[in-house]
Amino acid sequence: MVTGKGGTGKTTVAAALALALADEGRRTLLVEVEGRQGIAQLFETQALPYEERKIAVAYGGGEVYALAIDAERALLDYLQMFYKLGSAGRALNKIGAIDFATTVAPGLRDVLLTGKACEAVRRRDRKGRRVYDAVVMDAPPTGRITRFLGVNDEVAGLAKIGPVHNQAQAVMRVLKSAETAVHLVTLLEEMPVQETVDGVAELRSAGLPVGSVVVNMTRPQLLDTAALDTAALDTAAGAAAGTGEVPVGTAEAAEAPLGAGGGARAGLAHALSRVGLGGDRPGGRADRLVEPLLRQGREYAERLALERAQRAEIDELGLPVYELGLLADGGDLAGLYALSADLRDQGVLK
Amino acid sequence: MTAHATSGRGGLADVPVLDVDGLLDDPETRIMVCCGAGGVGKTTTAAALGVRAAERGRRAVVLTIDPARRLAQSMGLTELDNTPRVVPGVGGEAGGELHAMMLDMKRTFDEIVEAHADEERARAILENPFYASLSAGFAGTQEYMAMEKLGQLRARDEWDLIIVDTPPSRSALDFLDAPKRLGSFLDGPFIRVLSGPAKAGGRAGMKFVHLGMAGLSMFTGALNKLLGAGLLRDVQTFVAAMDTMFGGFRTRADATYRLLQAPGTAFLVVAAPERDALREAAYFVERLAADQMPLAGLVLNRMHGSEVGLSAERALAAAENLEDGGIVDHVTGKGDLRGAGRSDVPRSDGAPPEDGSPEAHLTDPSPHAPDDSPTAHHHISSADHAGVPVSDPGDDNSDGAATTLLAAGLLRLHAERMRVLARELRTRDRFAALHPEVPVAEVAALPGDVHDLPGLRAIGARLADQPAGQAG
Ligand SMILES: Nc1ncnc2c1ncn2[C@@H]1O[C@H](COP(=O)(O)OP(=O)(O)OP(=O)(O)O)[C@@H](O)[C@H]1O
Ligand SMILES: Nc1ncnc2c1ncn2[C@@H]1O[C@H](COP(=O)(O)OP(=O)(O)OP(=O)(O)O)[C@@H](O)[C@H]1O
Ligand SMILES: [Mg+2]
Ligand SMILES: [Mg+2]
Repeated sequence: MVTGKGGTGKTTVAAALALALADEGRRTLLVEVEGRQGIAQLFETQALPYEERKIAVAYGGGEVYALAIDAERALLDYLQMFYKLGSAGRALNKIGAIDFATTVAPGLRDVLLTGKACEAVRRRDRKGRRVYDAVVMDAPPTGRITRFLGVNDEVAGLAKIGPVHNQAQAVMRVLKSAETAVHLVTLLEEMPVQETVDGVAELRSAGLPVGSVVVNMTRPQLLDTAALDTAALDTAAGAAAGTGEVPVGTAEAAEAPLGAGGGARAGLAHALSRVGLGGDRPGGRADRLVEPLLRQGREYAERLALERAQRAEIDELGLPVYELGLLADGGDLAGLYALSADLRDQGVLK
Repeated sequence: MTAHATSGRGGLADVPVLDVDGLLDDPETRIMVCCGAGGVGKTTTAAALGVRAAERGRRAVVLTIDPARRLAQSMGLTELDNTPRVVPGVGGEAGGELHAMMLDMKRTFDEIVEAHADEERARAILENPFYASLSAGFAGTQEYMAMEKLGQLRARDEWDLIIVDTPPSRSALDFLDAPKRLGSFLDGPFIRVLSGPAKAGGRAGMKFVHLGMAGLSMFTGALNKLLGAGLLRDVQTFVAAMDTMFGGFRTRADATYRLLQAPGTAFLVVAAPERDALREAAYFVERLAADQMPLAGLVLNRMHGSEVGLSAERALAAAENLEDGGIVDHVTGKGDLRGAGRSDVPRSDGAPPEDGSPEAHLTDPSPHAPDDSPTAHHHISSADHAGVPVSDPGDDNSDGAATTLLAAGLLRLHAERMRVLARELRTRDRFAALHPEVPVAEVAALPGDVHDLPGLRAIGARLADQPAGQAG
């Protein structure tokens, strides 16, 4: 199960994970449940029908199948399975019974979606082997995931007997077993991380197995810490000059090689000038570049500090953490393979 | 606060500018709805608009449907609940006020039941296990209740501006479908049958005759077996008890739907300047038009800008030049840095490097290169302490190696930003070409997250402060 805050990359990560798990000739099923055709978009194919189809071949010849689960169709399947309704099923569709059942009946939609996924998990071929080595679901976002996965508990309580009761309990057994893992995708930003922390707590208290945190869209560091310290220091010097306050670390800063803001600035102007970016006299082009460049550096430092704090919060969860870098031009197909290789290299298969 | 980034609206002369303050100040504007794809900043924008509206003298209320606690947090409140709470410290001077609330589906549903049924009936409904589960908010209920709440807030007439945030993910416009879905569901014969055989007459009953009663009883039989007889009985009791209220639901949902179409409503589509987000934004724009909902404009959130007048290519060339000819850092630090930076340097061939170029595609992902590990950076900083000469800017030959590295790093950082910026502008222009009629407001990304009132004020200011253009 792959969840996360909206827009953090659930669909992308779920697809990359399905590819990674299809390593070495294995077969995986990638499932989506929100009717948005996100998988088809990602793999640049036509809208997926309610049917499992091969959508990609992984490194080493493994196969990824995909399925967009449609609750209405799944309900008809169930009725068919249990009661052989045949054309009566279609009639029910017409009078709105199916609509009713999937729209308003308590959680039935979610029951059907999780039920279908569990069915795929348990399915075996004639020789008794599992049809899929892994099923990866592009699940609803963090805010809804616990309710979504827990719905079968609720339904088992409501429908106290009968096949639905049994079915709900069977699904819950799979979802709470060690065979299931809920992975949370996040960015290194406050709110997604906050949601991840809250989500992990909720999942844990509902007895649902939490797998890992996937930190998505991380960026390579472009400035080294020493330089950043200097840039930050410059901020400190500037702030101190402006407000008369003495920021923490100033004393130490004063002894650092580039401590004096003005000196650092002149040095930078000189360096820029040396590589042909204009004169380094005060007011020269190189000199004028320094201030805005440093400002960008400071913003960057601020961002990095924030990311570091978020990372620390994630680490505190005590879960395995995977990191996926920001693809330069959004998540296209080539990028997806790169992400899956990245997941594999980081040991996601273990 | 750092200086305002300018995002240079190159090539956008013909696109109308979204006049946010104009909208906020217009007393005719009564409802604003922020919609858009996941994570683009809907909640942030809604909260920022609320703060700005209040500080410009309006009595505003922000309604979030988002189940997470984010809105509350960003406004310095720990919790929001189903009744609007005043947000302290906002709008006082201007005579405005800001309230905020978070939709609690169950509470909203309960309140409706309590308001529209006599005591005994209300209790029967509230205690029904089917109701308890339905109102706890499975797919679908949320949208009905959002419509209800919006209608209620509007009817109370305590606020002159209601700002609505919409839920993450799924189809964010689901709530537009709520009245129609509810209507077709309530008009459906199925609900009639459930409410009791007596009601199965009339038009609905006729349809059943066509289907054949056999099919129907087979279905109820099937449902009974499937769900257990108890649940179906609960459902029937519930529907019977709710029967008189259902009509009211529909009437009110329809009324709210029309309210959304009215001229006093302004939809804002929020998007990030990224390909997929803008594709979804285009979908929202089209969907709103199809439903005849008044679109005020597009908020392009988290755009980047730069005040450094230097192209990406020149910055990169200069950075490489500095690193090659720079004063030697005897530790591996210098090599490390270059390795990390170079992974996204398109090899220059003289042509202006487009971000769409094949090289740009290959740039990432290499964030896990060993050079990026904390240890590598540790090397660098310990090298500094080990005695990089103190720079003396007066002397031509003594830029410290550290200064050279810093200059190179800043240049690389700038080149990266210029590439991001160029990509954002291209994406934006593609959208504008597709929908030239949609007014746009650009909001520069703050370096940090938005999590408090000053942050929301900064976003509000950026929303309002658009480069001069045709006011939309
Ligand atoms: N590592 C990455 N590098 C660059 N772009 C990425 C990366 N991961 C995801 N994206 C892009 O970010 C956007 C959001 O990703 P995706 O659709 O997977 O998120 P989601 O969480 O499924 O969103 P939603 O909440 O709308 O379902 C897409 O445009 C995707 O291509
Ligand atoms: N202009 C901005 N500059 C910097 N950060 C921003 C900006 N706008 C939004 N953010 C940040 O982006 C993140 C997502 O914003 P927000 O939660 O408002 O998005 P959303 O569209 O409501 O998401 P969801 O779809 O999950 O409800 C938050 O961490 C927020 O602080
Ligand atoms: Mg998705
Ligand atoms: Mg939100």
